[in-house]
Amino acid sequence: MAEVRLFTLSTCGHCKRAKQFLQECNVEYACTDVDLLEGKEREDAVAEVKKCNPKLSFPTIIIGDTVIVGFKEDEIRKALEK
Amino acid sequence: MTAEELYEKLKKLQEPKGYFFNKDKELVLELLDGLLANKERYGYMCCPCRLSANDRDADKDIFCPCVYREPDVKEFGSCYCNLYVSREWNEGKIKDDYVPERRGQ
Repeated sequence: MAEVRLFTLSTCGHCKRAKQFLQECNVEYACTDVDLLEGKEREDAVAEVKKCNPKLSFPTIIIGDTVIVGFKEDEIRKALEK
Repeated sequence: MTAEELYEKLKKLQEPKGYFFNKDKELVLELLDGLLANKERYGYMCCPCRLSANDRDADKDIFCPCVYREPDVKEFGSCYCNLYVSREWNEGKIKDDYVPERRGQ
């Protein structure tokens, strides 16, 4: 199974739904609520998101080498099946 | 103020302008909770679906309702967060497509 990494905002309902969806699919994932970070940690997380999503929008979902911006269930399902 | 109280207050203000809350009330209340949380930590209701710069001036385009709401609702029937939608969107006459980030275009 490909590695799954999420960058989210604690205040965003769509980010919450993305996490719920992955949990329902019994998928393990690493998740960072970027808005809850501060200082260097936040800068590093922002830089990491910008590498794959220059718009810095959320959720940013990385499944293996696939980057999905926004809670798009179909795209997430397809990337998980790869 | 609770999300429910904010819901009632904003509904009265925004519907006459043609902006309706998403019929998914659970999502709306979560987003309103996000607005209240941002008001608490930043001092202004920064968009719950965008990363705040914690700088009133830098964030003034994304104070909710953001400046992108009008063009987004016109084009997609919904704002970026799916908080505010058109009557037709709520009636299912407009497809619930992902609204891309207009900011910085």
